[in-house]
Amino acid sequence: MPVLCSNCIDKRAVLKRPKTGHSLCKECFFWAFEEEVHQTIVAAKLFKHGEKVGIAASGGKDSTVLAHVMKLLNERYNYGLELMLLSVDEGISGYRDDSLETVKRNQQQYELPLKIVSYEELYGWTMDAIVKQVGRKNNCTFCGVFRRQALDRGAIMLKVDKICTGHNADDVAETVLMNVLRGDIARLRRCTAISTASEGEGVVPRCKPLKYAYEKEIVLYAYFKKLDYFSTECIYSPNAYRGHARTFLKDLESVRPSSIMDIVHSGENLSVREGVKMPVQGTCKQCGYISSQALCKSCVLLEGLNRGLPKLGIGKHHRLHDKILSKQPLTEKEERKLKSVDF
Amino acid sequence: MCQVDEDYHEPLQRAEVPSVSKKCVKCKEGTAAVVIRAGDAFCRGCFKEYFIHKFRAVLGKHRVLYPGEKVLLAVSGGPSSCSMLSQVQEGLSQNAHKKLRFLPGIVFIDEGGAVGQSVEDRRRMVAELQAVFKATGFPFHVVPLEQVLDLPSSVVAAAPSPSERAAGAYKVAVGHFIQSDGVGVTLKREESAPADVQESSTHSLQQLIGSAKTLTAREDLLNTLRQHLLVHTARTEGYSKVMLGDNCTRLAVKLLTSISLGRGAQLAQDTGFSDSRYRDIILVRPMRDYSAKEIAYYNRMFCVPSVFIPSLDTKTADKSSIQRLTESFVTRLQADFPSTVSTIYRTSEKLQTCKSSSTADHCDRCLLCMCALDTAVENASAFQATLISEQLSQAKAPAATSAAIPRQNPAPMEPESTAATGQCCSSGGGEDCGKAVGGVGCCSSAKGPESTGLRSLLCYSCQLTIRDMSSVERLPHYILSEAQRRQRRSQMREEISEFLLDEGDEGD
Repeated sequence: MPVLCSNCIDKRAVLKRPKTGHSLCKECFFWAFEEEVHQTIVAAKLFKHGEKVGIAASGGKDSTVLAHVMKLLNERYNYGLELMLLSVDEGISGYRDDSLETVKRNQQQYELPLKIVSYEELYGWTMDAIVKQVGRKNNCTFCGVFRRQALDRGAIMLKVDKICTGHNADDVAETVLMNVLRGDIARLRRCTAISTASEGEGVVPRCKPLKYAYEKEIVLYAYFKKLDYFSTECIYSPNAYRGHARTFLKDLESVRPSSIMDIVHSGENLSVREGVKMPVQGTCKQCGYISSQALCKSCVLLEGLNRGLPKLGIGKHHRLHDKILSKQPLTEKEERKLKSVDF
Repeated sequence: MCQVDEDYHEPLQRAEVPSVSKKCVKCKEGTAAVVIRAGDAFCRGCFKEYFIHKFRAVLGKHRVLYPGEKVLLAVSGGPSSCSMLSQVQEGLSQNAHKKLRFLPGIVFIDEGGAVGQSVEDRRRMVAELQAVFKATGFPFHVVPLEQVLDLPSSVVAAAPSPSERAAGAYKVAVGHFIQSDGVGVTLKREESAPADVQESSTHSLQQLIGSAKTLTAREDLLNTLRQHLLVHTARTEGYSKVMLGDNCTRLAVKLLTSISLGRGAQLAQDTGFSDSRYRDIILVRPMRDYSAKEIAYYNRMFCVPSVFIPSLDTKTADKSSIQRLTESFVTRLQADFPSTVSTIYRTSEKLQTCKSSSTADHCDRCLLCMCALDTAVENASAFQATLISEQLSQAKAPAATSAAIPRQNPAPMEPESTAATGQCCSSGGGEDCGKAVGGVGCCSSAKGPESTGLRSLLCYSCQLTIRDMSSVERLPHYILSEAQRRQRRSQMREEISEFLLDEGDEGD
């Protein structure tokens, strides 16, 4: 006997929800998934009527589903938002150029304007060139820091009020675990926030409408909706330590499927003791971007690249910030330490 | 490429290999006997001094054990708690440099019934431990876990909170102690022989543990029951502190486990140095600065006896439970990245023991773990999101067959309309949330009315445990009767709510 959908008790169920274990038919699953994103948006008051919202689109499953659902909900519930797609071209041949093609197709399907900002135009470096200098280790540091800023810069160019990203519940849970493993209490406290609206004025607030959506359900949604997305791992990505956290999370999920939400719940309810030192947010003296140091991370990384000292931004070299600001040369001993040592 | 001398930029750095003939880093004289961390080789004497000093230092730093106070050492038989026992012994011995001044007693909870050990095995282990305990000269209590079935409901009820000790109280207590010249400090030798365990109670304990369908829930339940029994024993025997033997490695695993089980709000209490959730009985963890490795070395070098006792997850696969999975994850990561444990552990030091929880109303505490409830949260939260998912995935009520009911009223996207769009749950407020939890029920098992009501009295994580149980009827009487009492209380309060001027400052 076929299993009936536990919601409509009418049609045949085609899937078992990873999040709750219920068997649902296609229609009811679509409805539940979309409704949950809607509830998240309403409950967290993510947007206001008439706002201009940039959807960070990589062409991957999360951002493709996000763009689809945002457009659909905007029409269904009359959010009154002006949506547009915002992509970052890191300059990784064989990876990003292909995924950007997907974004361009999405743009046509969803009829949304698209803006692509590239590392090359912003920083003068493509990821391919960076990897050539830095090596395969630590290159994710560059990419991550640059992308965050590139998104903000793109958002300012587009004059959007907010950016939404495709981070899902798995990503948030993984970040909670990562920050515990790294002992990063400041990020541990921030990483579960659904929106960065409370941060500094200089930046465009970012939010995560898919924060409570399971990665597996996003794939199921994209699969049954036959959405067009690009699914290849980044060719430079073997980020070993995060990989451990990811594997652990998948194992946890297989033992108890609610684990992902349980970890997010834990992260939301952590309270940090008073008197624990927290970084203070300031602005970068060079570019004016938000930074907890004299120089923001991307300026330090860029400086390192331009001086041929890629390790300048890896690890802590705060003492050198003054020298960089005053454009002084570094001593030979300092330089030797910061040269690439992968051979 | 194929040159004989490739021009490397700098000489390769060679990792230092600890050599056998190395000298102790501390006294620079003795031959190193043990390497604790990379590079730190200690001779036998210095290692002992370092180990003993650490124990005194952690007690001195926190100043929670008052002179002349009765302190119950919870000894499981494992290396960590046995090491704690030997440290207390060491600190009380005549030749100790700065003598410890509290009055220790030992408790051992015999969990053989829950784990499924035979009566003979249990008897043998208890005898082995009793020999260890007798050698210390401290009073000791051997308590079979079966006694948890007969606890009074006062264990989970509101305990009178002790009169707040002021900041200078420690010094005052020390002063009293010196004046009294240590009169009455002599330890009374009392030995409670292990009570005979009825076969029927072992059977009902096994049924209780067995009613949890997953090992994760079983371990969690066992932890809760053990803690209740520890606290009860401390109360009836007149102890005001309980010392637990959790070491740094254990706590790192526990911290990550707690996060994975949704216990973020209770993290600080679960892993901090002192834990005051039971108000009148304070749990302390003096072994939290030692790694499991240090303890193993010390126990071996100085012949500290310990007894191996199997637990629920002994000889199970990695993925058998969340606790077990986390343990193997942390130990494996520690092997590759030696700072893993200490980093996780340091995270726990930066966490807060809930927002001034000691003053919170008792009704807002979880029935099982006794921590402040974390379920009355704002609308946009993982807890609410899970409730919404469950609601949206199942038929509302047998009568309502159409799933499309909410589809008719697309609400405009205004903050004011929040309450209108959300079905019952997004209206916020602790009371409503509690009911919603009960109302939603669970897909995986049929629940009696008792279970649904119970869940509203539990924290997020304990709800997960109860959800994994086939029935709650096997829970010990003291838990169920306290649950009924709390439900009656809240019903009463609801009835008279219009006439109460200030919310919830009276009663419990």
